[in-house]
Amino acid sequence: MSSPALLRHPEDNMPAIAEAGPVPAVTPPATPPSFGTLALRWYRLNQGRLRATAIGIASLIAFLLVWHLLTTYRVVFFVRFTNVPSPLTVYASFTKAMHDPKFLMHILLSCRRIFIGFSLAAIVGVPLGLIMGRFKLVHEIIFPVAEVLRPIPAIAWVPMAIMLWPTNEQSIVFITFLGSFFPILVNTLHGMSLVDPVLVRAAQCLGARERSIFREVYFPASLPHIFTGLTVGMGVAWVSLIAAEMISGQYGIGYFTWEAYSLVQYADIALGMIAIGVLGLGSSLLIRGAGQLVMPWRST
Amino acid sequence: MSEMLASTSKGHIEVKNFSLAYETIEGPVQAVTDTQIHVKPGEFVSIVGPSGCGKSTLLNAVAGFLKPTTGVVTVDGEFVNGPSAERGMVFQQYSLFPWKTVRENVEFGLKMRGMPRSQRERAARTLLGLAGLEAFEKHYPEKLSGGMKQRVGIVRALATGPKVLLLDEPFGALDAQTRVIMQQILTNMWQRLKISVLFVTHDIDEAIFLSDRVYCMTARPGSIKAEIPIPLERPRQQSMMMSSEFLALRRGLMSLIREESLKAMGGEINDLGMQGLNIELHGHSLVEVL
Repeated sequence: MSSPALLRHPEDNMPAIAEAGPVPAVTPPATPPSFGTLALRWYRLNQGRLRATAIGIASLIAFLLVWHLLTTYRVVFFVRFTNVPSPLTVYASFTKAMHDPKFLMHILLSCRRIFIGFSLAAIVGVPLGLIMGRFKLVHEIIFPVAEVLRPIPAIAWVPMAIMLWPTNEQSIVFITFLGSFFPILVNTLHGMSLVDPVLVRAAQCLGARERSIFREVYFPASLPHIFTGLTVGMGVAWVSLIAAEMISGQYGIGYFTWEAYSLVQYADIALGMIAIGVLGLGSSLLIRGAGQLVMPWRST
Repeated sequence: MSEMLASTSKGHIEVKNFSLAYETIEGPVQAVTDTQIHVKPGEFVSIVGPSGCGKSTLLNAVAGFLKPTTGVVTVDGEFVNGPSAERGMVFQQYSLFPWKTVRENVEFGLKMRGMPRSQRERAARTLLGLAGLEAFEKHYPEKLSGGMKQRVGIVRALATGPKVLLLDEPFGALDAQTRVIMQQILTNMWQRLKISVLFVTHDIDEAIFLSDRVYCMTARPGSIKAEIPIPLERPRQQSMMMSSEFLALRRGLMSLIREESLKAMGGEINDLGMQGLNIELHGHSLVEVL
């Protein structure tokens, strides 16, 4: 950090005059601001974010507390908490699981399935959406088929997937692919339909041909919607993956959770659920981060 | 004659026997009929007219976005078949690429032409310097004010060295003070580059202040109602807008346009109607009085 004197701008004295309302002047004129005033200023600028973080932490703690109370007193009020594991037992099974290579393998396998299925969906869905958005004929041919297949939930594809693919692994990846494919395709198409025609004309006036217009205008203009599609697609990919693993898997975090139920390992049920939640959150954060990297013009 | 001109100088726009109709279910609707205009090389020509008169349609046909139903559009004797970098265009909505920085926007036309990166970066910097935007080269357009955006828009259109510059109400979205400055900047650039300009506006003062010649269009279907040479000397100063010569031109154009605007609005708008609500309420609501 540079010295406080360097941080001070001439305008710093202005608010004291301009806002001579109920707020006392923060900067004493002509002397460098003390650590206290700087801290106060930082606090004022970040008040909103600090508040949100504080409330967020408090609400998570409250959630754990309620969970703890409900399970220690084995509350039965419409729903039965008699067999529900308490946060502490879940934590105990978590520490145990962290040293269990089998649990880590479940997680790794699920992540691999998500990675392959989702990546394939993005690699197929985004270009297909771009081409459908640009060429009417392609749209007219593919759209009706897509519209019929789209409402079928990925779980309903499980029997068909088992028939189609020689191995279990392939059919689970296929289901993950299907789950994320349609949100990605539909959002890419939506993005393409919203591209400002004036921007296309501007590019044409500057000598851009079809291929350049596609690369320089249609694609970047659709990127925000493509990333919406990727985020939604990632969510649905996890939903589909867990369903597929529970039905036909031998490994994976979904299978782990279901197996825990069959083996009456109640703490592991909650552990599996929380692991799924954390993995889902992490993967959408990854996509959001990638979006900010790819679209620097949108970050404020 | 025009062929001879075309061979010796650049940026000669000619629009002959031009008409343009849109197909609708009730048959074709004429947007522009029987129009002849021309812009001599290096000339600054404006088109004014009531809203919806087809002046933008005409400009878009010169740009190559619309095909005439009848007639021809030529630039230097060559038929206009589609948009090209030879005819630079500036839009009212700025239409800068939001995902490109200011400099990348200016570079775009040069990039399309296949100019190597380092060369086009240098060219873009020079142009931005002329427009006083060097400090903003790395900014994204969203962060700029309207006047700055449009300066980038103009510089971007000029970067490829077009023969003609087409402007579609480029300052329409700017506040009055900014607009005056932008007019001055555009005039300076035009005089330096000796490029032909076709400028569409509904602002009469702007048209007179900038142009060598002004075409006034009729209400829809649009055609040329009058062609008014602007003999004001150059370089033009803001103070000229108060001169009797300017005011006389303004009065003339104003009355031409007013006639057409009333026609364009349709219905029974007359001077009586424009006096406003001539109803005494006496403390009652409008519904009660009626």
